[in-house]
Amino acid sequence: MCTVCGCGDATLVHDHVHTRPDGTTYAHRHEPASEPNAHEHDRHDHDHHHRHDHGTVNYGGGLAGVHVPGMSQERIIRIERDILSKNDSCAADNRRSFAREHIFALNFVSSPGSGKTSLLVRTIMDLRDRVAISVIEGDQQTSNDAERIRATGAPALQINTGKGCHLDAHMVGQAVDTLRPAPRSVLFIENVGNLVCPAAFDLGEAHKVVVLSTTEGEDKPLKYPDMFAAADLMLLNKSDLLSHIDFDVAACMANALRVNPRLQILVVSARTGEGLAAFYAWIDASAARMAAAPR
Amino acid sequence: MHEMALTESIVEIACDEATKQSARRVTRVRLDVGMLSHAEPEALTFCFAAVAAGTKAEGAMLEIERTPGAGWCLDCGKMVALSERFGACPECGKYRVQMTAGDELKIRELEIV
Repeated sequence: MCTVCGCGDATLVHDHVHTRPDGTTYAHRHEPASEPNAHEHDRHDHDHHHRHDHGTVNYGGGLAGVHVPGMSQERIIRIERDILSKNDSCAADNRRSFAREHIFALNFVSSPGSGKTSLLVRTIMDLRDRVAISVIEGDQQTSNDAERIRATGAPALQINTGKGCHLDAHMVGQAVDTLRPAPRSVLFIENVGNLVCPAAFDLGEAHKVVVLSTTEGEDKPLKYPDMFAAADLMLLNKSDLLSHIDFDVAACMANALRVNPRLQILVVSARTGEGLAAFYAWIDASAARMAAAPR
Repeated sequence: MHEMALTESIVEIACDEATKQSARRVTRVRLDVGMLSHAEPEALTFCFAAVAAGTKAEGAMLEIERTPGAGWCLDCGKMVALSERFGACPECGKYRVQMTAGDELKIRELEIV
């Protein structure tokens, strides 16, 4: 189809005259395969020979390799598929396998440097006598984070995304196959530090947990609303620094709730342990709710 | 920012569908990308040519239709236009608007040969 005039069948020689919004007119001719790369559009404002190089009207010379007069070679098929449908179906597979094994999976998302890994290390140390925890770490490069987790004795697997800015459900599915978290355990997935992209990719987790730290701005939830809208729990980390900095906790919470009125918020410190008991209670309650949910 | 991954998904779905339909090539891909969605059409177009190279969708035309944003304002009790994700109701200025349209990220149709 010609994108200038919308003409869909260039198999017959015919002419068009078009009127521009400013009243001037121009004409052009459609011809069959004699001229590959399609027809000419004359009388443009510029004087060069206008050729279409988008390759879609390349009758005879390109598309089907053949030219059948009077018959359109192209078929239009309506598919109405969600662009993320591939990821979503992988995520659904992950979610089913987590449910089958009673694995409670959390997807931790935040900007780089909010203290996600420190928070996980602390949580594993505090909970390791009560529950088995394994960790999938996502970073563009290095296995530093997985090594920090392994130092606690918990199994960890590092995914290096290379150029990728987020984990996707397929990567997590493969990581789970390798890591093999124990049935009735907790799986922490630490996403790539990025407040934008991971919001769009469901990994099959029970909940997204967004970590924000007090050294960031109170308006982060407004600047990066998707992530806060996608999360079920927000951990405001580095509360031990609050006495040293000007950070308005109430304003930050109000901003987060504006984007997501259902968001639960806990103020914590991975360094001092402040507020973490409430986080552990949330994990217990959420895991119990998931286990009790009808499947 | 994640348009590269979205584009990979578009090309994969298009090529799978072309194979299913015994088509040799994909010549056109039409998308619905909502005004409030998290994808940038220019970036999708930019990535598409690179990602499609060497696949059945190489050289295919990518057409992107922008669907406008709309939401239900709980305070006004009616549908309102939304120009910004999580934005305020243009009539009452409050933020209790539930997005109902403009979030689409969909492949509408393909042209195959």
